[in-house]
Amino acid sequence: MQFAELTSVIRNTIEDPSLTYRQRIQALAGLAENALEPPAMSDEVAVALDKRIICDMYEGNAPYRPRYLLPDYEKLLANGSAFLELPPADALDTALAHLLIAYTSTPSITGYPVYLGDFDKLLARFAVDVDDADLYRRMRLFWISLDRMFPDAFTHTNLGPDDSRLARLVLRLERELKQVVPNLSLHVDPERTPDDLILDAVKTVFECGQPHFVNEPMMVADLGPRYAAVSCYNSLPVGGGSHTLVRLNLREAVLAHDGDAELFLAVTLPHYVELTAELMSGRIRHLVEESKFYDHHWLVAEGLLSLDRFSAMFGVFGLAEASELLEERSGRFGKYGHDDSTDATAYRITARLAELVAALDLPYCAGNGGHPFLHSQSGIDTDEGVTAGTRIPIGTEPALHRHLRTVAPHHKFFAAGVSDILHFDETVERNPSAVVDIIRGAFAQGMRDFTFNLDSNDFIRVTGYLVRKSDLAKVAVEGVRHSSTVLGAGSVARSHITDRAVKRVVSLESSPRVGR
Amino acid sequence: MFLQGCNFDCRACHNPHTITSESVHARSLSVAELIAEIRSNAPFLSGITVSGGEATQQPEFLCELFRCLKADPELAHLTCFIDSNGATDTAVWHELAAMTDGVMLDLKVFDPDLHLELTGQRVDAVLESIKTLSALGLLYEVRLLLVPGINDDPALLRRTAQWLATISANLRVVLNPFRTHGVRSPADTWAEPTTTNLQMYADVLRSSGLDNVHVVKPLA
Repeated sequence: MQFAELTSVIRNTIEDPSLTYRQRIQALAGLAENALEPPAMSDEVAVALDKRIICDMYEGNAPYRPRYLLPDYEKLLANGSAFLELPPADALDTALAHLLIAYTSTPSITGYPVYLGDFDKLLARFAVDVDDADLYRRMRLFWISLDRMFPDAFTHTNLGPDDSRLARLVLRLERELKQVVPNLSLHVDPERTPDDLILDAVKTVFECGQPHFVNEPMMVADLGPRYAAVSCYNSLPVGGGSHTLVRLNLREAVLAHDGDAELFLAVTLPHYVELTAELMSGRIRHLVEESKFYDHHWLVAEGLLSLDRFSAMFGVFGLAEASELLEERSGRFGKYGHDDSTDATAYRITARLAELVAALDLPYCAGNGGHPFLHSQSGIDTDEGVTAGTRIPIGTEPALHRHLRTVAPHHKFFAAGVSDILHFDETVERNPSAVVDIIRGAFAQGMRDFTFNLDSNDFIRVTGYLVRKSDLAKVAVEGVRHSSTVLGAGSVARSHITDRAVKRVVSLESSPRVGR
Repeated sequence: MFLQGCNFDCRACHNPHTITSESVHARSLSVAELIAEIRSNAPFLSGITVSGGEATQQPEFLCELFRCLKADPELAHLTCFIDSNGATDTAVWHELAAMTDGVMLDLKVFDPDLHLELTGQRVDAVLESIKTLSALGLLYEVRLLLVPGINDDPALLRRTAQWLATISANLRVVLNPFRTHGVRSPADTWAEPTTTNLQMYADVLRSSGLDNVHVVKPLA
């Protein structure tokens, strides 16, 4: 960007009436960072980046904080903090205050924390002697504080897999307050999580679109027992995280490829995997060696984060289009999610990707044995004509059970997160236990994440975060308090997410409007 | 599973294309083919329900389907339910009893004349089915589809409740709100019950001897 253009963009940002004060600061910081040259890269990477075959998620040219960090807040409560001048927490009130204080000193890409800790575990020992009414009153205020202080729907907390008083209270607060913050995931273990807790969570989705459900045994097998889902479907080790997220557009990679699926898997895909890794490597080195985040930040110095629990995320998207395009090269025209041959091509792509990414060695990725984590990237607001991650294109989703059967086999490859959003018809409200059966079935089939939306409430899930439909209408007119709502408005305009095929659980009857 | 073909021709039917014995929406399947479809969906299910149309119009198929499911080690855990209008010979229920877990039965309206008018068939067989199924321990619930001004007269509701209470005061009775979605003329101009209507119906049923009345929330 030329200097004159830069000053003009800065001026527009400062004078943009639709941005809050904090949103302006965030935008100005991004402009300043991007006035610098990005980490050095080969010409091939630069070309792939320019063509958007590889996408750096617009993280910024000079990484100075990890993309996703998951502080071990238990350490804060147990030990206090020298940096924040806090003693160990000794009661519920101090625990809640210490957490709020710590979040304000937790960096992230969005400016707001992507992980808040798991309250059912963090607060259990402090809640023992607090009666129900008192616990409710304090947690309710805390919950409102989270939404008002960290107005970004990528801010995430987790519950489960065990049932508890606090887990139930969190679900109740979600239903009552209907906030977009925090984003919420319930860990589900087939043995430990009772049906009744899942049912309570399902009914909470009916009210407010939260929580997501995640497959506990699968996550533990890939990430160890200390993991959490943060931001949008990013599952990572607690006490660590991901330096960066770079994503490969599989659709663009196929379009840049001359030949059939065999040749793509043998030559072109490995080539772009290498280029993506080179870009990631440069960004990681900048973060660790140039801006030296891990040398000076209080979260690291006080043991809430450690470099050896970090890795980086290798994201992919556009699998649907890539699979269909490769099929076309062999004279087949089936649609992903509707055609076994196209689905089989998709499975070959993800299996090959998993093999290639597992073989990559990247610097400072001890959190995953020196390799990046594979991630099915769920889209950003500027995506157009390409489907998120490994999902079935919006509006073409098949009936529920076929949908699950198509996508489930991919989930095992994506330790750092994968997602499919199932859109249910409101009649499912009459049979919530059917959703419990489906969630348990989906996890038994190897799904890692299960997220569903109900057609009738005020919330819509964009990529993986929530916005209120009523807020979307305000974006252009008067501005909104949550930064993520602005991104949501872009996605609705470009990706037709409001056209998601509605899922009927109670029946698959075709539109019964006859004789009219 | 929705089976094609119904012996009723209800004015309030929301799936009228399932009434005729043939339909472009329907497929012919053998028991083995249907079991194969159930098997591929089984991980996501705790049971199956056969509805219609009227499921009991094809009793041999039902018996064979349920018998095969119960005999299949992979599928035996699935419960087998029937959603019925109750207008079938009681011998069918005796035949199905060994392999059926429960029946959800619609009582369209208790009054004989009104039943004939609204469904085209007599109510007697329906009432016999309720008695038989209850005696067999198979009556999971009785459903009432109530339409304001058509079959919601309080005196009629009281008589309905009193008769159902003779079966069992604890019989599970579910109030289904009528919707115009999918229905044919003239029912597409009928009023849909409000939450207040439904609450009133439930109060009348409860005060007339039924202890286990549930109201289905109307869709937005």
